Amino acid sequence: MTIPDDLMYARSHEWIKIEGDSVSVGISHYAQDQLGEVVYVELPEVGTAFAVGDELGTLESVKAVSEFLAPVAGEVLEVNTRLEDEPNLVNDDSYGDGWLVRLSGSAEGEELLDAAGYKEFLEQESA
Amino acid sequence: MHPWVGAGPEDRRQILSELGLQSIDDLFASIPSGVCVDGIDLPPARDEDWIRRTLGNMASTNISMDSIPCFLGAGVYRHVQPSVVDAVLSRAEFFTSYTPYQPEISQGTLQVIFEFQTLISRLTGLDTANASLYDGATSLVEAVLFSHRVLRGKRNLVVVAETIHPMYRRVLDTYTEAAGIDVAVVAPGDDGRLDPEAILEIAGDRACCIAVQSPNFLGIVEDLPVLAAAAHDSGALAVEVVTEAVSLGLLAGGGRFGFDVVCGEAQSFGVAPGFGGPHLGFFACASKHLRQMPGRLAGETVDENGSRAFCLTLSTREQHIRRAKATSNICTNQGLMALAATVWLETIGGSGLRELATSCLARTEELKRRLTAVGDPWRLAYPQSPTFNEFLLIGPGSGTELVERLASEGVLAGVPTTDWSGSWPDGVLAAVTERNPVTDLDALVNALEKLS
Repeated sequence: MTIPDDLMYARSHEWIKIEGDSVSVGISHYAQDQLGEVVYVELPEVGTAFAVGDELGTLESVKAVSEFLAPVAGEVLEVNTRLEDEPNLVNDDSYGDGWLVRLSGSAEGEELLDAAGYKEFLEQESA
Repeated sequence: MHPWVGAGPEDRRQILSELGLQSIDDLFASIPSGVCVDGIDLPPARDEDWIRRTLGNMASTNISMDSIPCFLGAGVYRHVQPSVVDAVLSRAEFFTSYTPYQPEISQGTLQVIFEFQTLISRLTGLDTANASLYDGATSLVEAVLFSHRVLRGKRNLVVVAETIHPMYRRVLDTYTEAAGIDVAVVAPGDDGRLDPEAILEIAGDRACCIAVQSPNFLGIVEDLPVLAAAAHDSGALAVEVVTEAVSLGLLAGGGRFGFDVVCGEAQSFGVAPGFGGPHLGFFACASKHLRQMPGRLAGETVDENGSRAFCLTLSTREQHIRRAKATSNICTNQGLMALAATVWLETIGGSGLRELATSCLARTEELKRRLTAVGDPWRLAYPQSPTFNEFLLIGPGSGTELVERLASEGVLAGVPTTDWSGSWPDGVLAAVTERNPVTDLDALVNALEKLS
């Protein structure tokens, strides 16, 4: 179970990567493992604004459909259109090519976890 | 109470008292008295043979579609019924099985669904078709809700042609009211056809879809390419609904003219007309919108030995996975009727369907010519507009009166539009199929001449 140090994590299992004044968002390795093989990703429209905790989109796997939430507030700047044809990237490279959306906004003031905090959170969850 | 022995008098008394009712008739009190039949006086109990004989004699006084010349249509059509259709349908493997919950074990069912989808896809000119829906009216509803989803709920208006079957529009109203979607109705022009300018004006930039029927409720063929362009000019999806599926044997499906959805009723394909159904809805769309399509989808694959096999590509998403996030409440399909349509179409064949449709058109044109020759007080409501196998006939009286009078002359002339008023005259919708021999046409013409 990989948890890169350079990312921040939400308790709903999204990761964010701060890139200047925007952030990219994906789901953690743990989350994709729990979901199983992803077969469809429903992404938001570019330009839509979201508050923290809003549903950004859905991930459909062979065994479940779950939503992914906005870990920070912001507007959608870009979505990963490669996922339309290759939803499995979410499984194969959850921290890289399997990214979901890029949002304007920052992580400042949000209740996010660092890698160590997220690891601890996962341990508590499974305990 | 014993599970398979009927309730006795004491059981009934107990049930009624529990329900706070006096008699069994009280259970049916909500049925409007107008639809109840009076004057059938039956004794409380008789032996089975007496019941069969007496009720059979009573039933034989009904006039059926097959007993006298019949031109009923308006959404339900009488076409040839090769006996192979019912023979396959009544196979226990198909007839008694419910929707496959372990789908891949039912390879026969999946193959039928796959072939049905393929046939619908080819007829509609769109690359994806689902496993079927309940009926044409709900297929229209699904097409509207589909369009609303594809445009992400941002456009809350649906523009529907007034010339979509009035019953379909009523079902649509029921759903859209609950879903909070507005419906605007666009009336046809003087020729019974839609004017794209009128559509654009009503749609503005608020419509998620423009829904039209062709051939329309009046039997008239619409100018599909122009209507698809109008829908797209307004930023909406173009939806075509078809109520007479046999027309697709001659008229290309809307998919070939840019329609985003072609849906409708496939009862004409091997499902005999019946009181209240069953019917058979179909739904086809462009594969880019596949994920927003309602219902299920069977696919072709290979098994572990590399042999051709079929699988349920999309289905469990509604029933088992998506649940509250489902695209529609349709979890299953109209399996047995889809089988009927598949066997029917495969029996008739591609060129056979074209011949069948051509013969419907030719007989209709012949009847129109002969009715025009009868002349005053009879006339065609839209003599200049192209039709397929149905048209509106005007005569001396309301449609209901005309149908009654022609029935007493021994002809079921069609469906009156009296109770389905709109931007069209009150008359009789007459449908002609390959099941109407020339003697039927003679009978109708003679009856009209008598009533002139």
